[in-house]
Amino acid sequence: MSTTLLLILCLNGLQYGMLLFLISAGLTLVFGVMGFINLAHGVQYMVGAYLLFAFTGLTGNFMLSVLLSLLCALAFGLLLEFFVFRHLYTRSHLDQVLATFGIIIFLNELAKVVFGPTTLSIALPEFLAGSIQLTEQLKYPIYRLVTIGVGLLVAIGLFITVSYTRIGMLIRAGATTPEMVSALGVNIQRLFMIVFGVGAMLAGFAGVIAAPIYAVEPGMGDNMLIVAFVVIIIGGIGSVGGAFIAALLVGLIDTLGRSLATEILSFVFNPSFANQIGPALASMLIYVLMAAILIFRPRGLLPAKGVA
Amino acid sequence: MSTLEILHLNKKFGAINVSNDICISIADNECHAVIGPNGAGKTTLIHQISGMLKPDSGAIKLSGQDITNMGVPQRVQAGLGRTFQITSVLPSFSVLENLAIAAQSKSGSSMRFFANAARESTLNSAASNALERVGLEDRADVIAAELSHGERRLLELGIALAGKPQFLLLDEPMAGLGRVESAALVSLLLELRRSMPMLLVEHDMNAIFKLADVVSVLVDGKIVVSGSPEAVRADPAARAAYLGEGSQ
Amino acid sequence: MDRSLILGLLIFLTLLAMPFALPLIGQGYLTGLIIKAMLLAIAAISLDLLIGHGGLVSLGHAAFVALGAYAAAIALQSGIENILVLLLITLALTGFVALITGSLALRTTGVYFLMITLAFGQMAYFTLTSLAAYGGDDGLTLWSLATLFGSNVVQKGNGLYFIVLGTLLASWWFVNRMSQSRFGRVLRAARDNPERTEVMGYSVTRYRLVAYVIAAMIAGVSGLLVMQHAEFVSPALAAWQRSGDLIVVVVLGGLATRNGAILGAFFLVIVEELLGSFIHEWRLIYGPLLVFMVLFAKGGLSDLLTSKRRGNQVA
Repeated sequence: MSTTLLLILCLNGLQYGMLLFLISAGLTLVFGVMGFINLAHGVQYMVGAYLLFAFTGLTGNFMLSVLLSLLCALAFGLLLEFFVFRHLYTRSHLDQVLATFGIIIFLNELAKVVFGPTTLSIALPEFLAGSIQLTEQLKYPIYRLVTIGVGLLVAIGLFITVSYTRIGMLIRAGATTPEMVSALGVNIQRLFMIVFGVGAMLAGFAGVIAAPIYAVEPGMGDNMLIVAFVVIIIGGIGSVGGAFIAALLVGLIDTLGRSLATEILSFVFNPSFANQIGPALASMLIYVLMAAILIFRPRGLLPAKGVA
Repeated sequence: MSTLEILHLNKKFGAINVSNDICISIADNECHAVIGPNGAGKTTLIHQISGMLKPDSGAIKLSGQDITNMGVPQRVQAGLGRTFQITSVLPSFSVLENLAIAAQSKSGSSMRFFANAARESTLNSAASNALERVGLEDRADVIAAELSHGERRLLELGIALAGKPQFLLLDEPMAGLGRVESAALVSLLLELRRSMPMLLVEHDMNAIFKLADVVSVLVDGKIVVSGSPEAVRADPAARAAYLGEGSQ
Repeated sequence: MDRSLILGLLIFLTLLAMPFALPLIGQGYLTGLIIKAMLLAIAAISLDLLIGHGGLVSLGHAAFVALGAYAAAIALQSGIENILVLLLITLALTGFVALITGSLALRTTGVYFLMITLAFGQMAYFTLTSLAAYGGDDGLTLWSLATLFGSNVVQKGNGLYFIVLGTLLASWWFVNRMSQSRFGRVLRAARDNPERTEVMGYSVTRYRLVAYVIAAMIAGVSGLLVMQHAEFVSPALAAWQRSGDLIVVVVLGGLATRNGAILGAFFLVIVEELLGSFIHEWRLIYGPLLVFMVLFAKGGLSDLLTSKRRGNQVA
């Protein structure tokens, strides 16, 4: 196998990892700070993608649509928080699972009704659509590189916010000792709302970014939700740094696995057998990784202390 | 012969010696009290005896059997009973059922799937027995969550007794009790003391002087003095280390 | 005799009478719907053993239904037709898989357990999609079905109906018996206060693992019957949304109650059917319905239902 192919795969893995990070960052904070299991986090990703589709159709301007989509994703997250999630923070995990499951069912069906059950695609504007010559043999799509860059920027921004600002301090404190934060007299309701809104916006942002590359379809968030769960467990619930490392790890392993599993297996087994189990094994890799992490480091790679 | 033997127990958390060469030997029918200021390592000691923490080195023997490497349930099966500093009962079970399930663990296999456990007379009579010993007869059918704090402390002790232990580990049994309730519990423990060896961690000095045959003073993970209550009370080192804290 | 037992017996008598009563009023086609609800109820009863009695919220339980269905379907394809032999194969496979995954998953608790069971469920899903010889993504249509010693009485109509009903009765009886047994008591104690249960001398994980394996095996049996009823198996049986549906059934019916899982299953199937007959997009109503039921049942729907029935709960 050529180095060029390997490089492409690594870049693809990195790009997928960044996308996963955008989704997981919000999920891990919402769970870490509020102890809230939000199964509906995945549909917020889907909402982002459909918003972009709708706005590009309306305005014809890609960058403007991205901006509008982000604002709407934020507003949508805040609305959900206000009407539903706010009332569930003190409930059992089972209630949270049930209610957020209901939201998934509703939004997936709504997407189907409004936009139809078929796969939609969004055209990239010219300045993002081309490829760039990285090495002599390697041309790589600009948009994927931009995705990696944007993911890095968001990661840095989040890292600075969580590490050095007052609200970041509250978030960290909330993830480790929630009683203390409320004992300090902090307006915990507002903190939750901010964390939730930002989390929803990031998930929506991931959907916006993903829309031109992947298929936009009802239920597209469900699988991403599960992979995001895998990421936050590997990274350690409540830990943004952990989510970042785990997202890249999962992105790389999944991408490399899917492309290489069959090839590697055919060294050992006969090709038809390798062809048969290769893809299945590749889809399972990240779950195997997660199970292994849970066995050897039950609280993830970089746990935020004290999260149950 | 001693029932519980703790031999050269060591445990470090980072650089801090929370258990520093602790040796305690408790004879049949002896009540041994461990006192010490907060942070002296009493809780860590209890956790190591009950099996929630593993010591770095040293050994723990119960009736001659080495239990150092056993898990929590195995130690209980080997004859260790304990109560918790913070009351720990089964909140949605009735008082009687709390005691019956404690008795069940010592009465044959619990991998039985068909017979109705509530109708097993051996379990029920063992539970009633424990119920009487802690004086909760008229509360038998009350759900544990609805008991008063004092009653729950008694139930806690009853659960330990229903498991027919050879040795009792009591972690601050008087915690949170009023004067009257404390006195009642002390007289209950006085009765028990004759039939069962115990290790008692407690702050209530009055209770300790009534109950303990031997008192050990734990400071910074080390036993500084050990002897009869009177001797310890008179010991200058103990006074300086502990009684000086004003807990008397 | 307590009221929940009477209710349970009434339910079963009604179900017993249905295949005879429905054709009389010209609604014979409804038996198919009842079979569907009963199959859902069997899986839900097994999940309630975990969630209700064990306090272990699994989000991957549907995987065992799917494994049971596939084990039977694959054995059937390779020529094993006797339903009793298929039953043994199903029990062995689901039990074995549950033993392995359970001993890993039970190293964790709470939300970690929820997520690791979800992950195992996904692994099962992807495994099934990779079985190219058995239809892969598209699933497998069965051209022959299981027989009872060569007789096709268990394939269609009332024969199948009574096999499903019998299985439902057996699972209902078994789980209720078990909840009052020594084992069930320890399981509930571990749900209430695992630390105290350990200090009573029980290895909590061992009891939970046994419950996990039993629950998986019952779910597997429901899978075998799902195959027999649908004459088709597909990886969608293992989709995590199916596990979500099972949780909905268990919680709506009432956790750790005698008849909760059956009531919940019939409720869900009826709601689906009723809403579905009004509008095709019934999920637009069903989704918010779930949210409202959780929000406006004070202290959680599960609490509401269980406290209502607490008087009837196992002693």
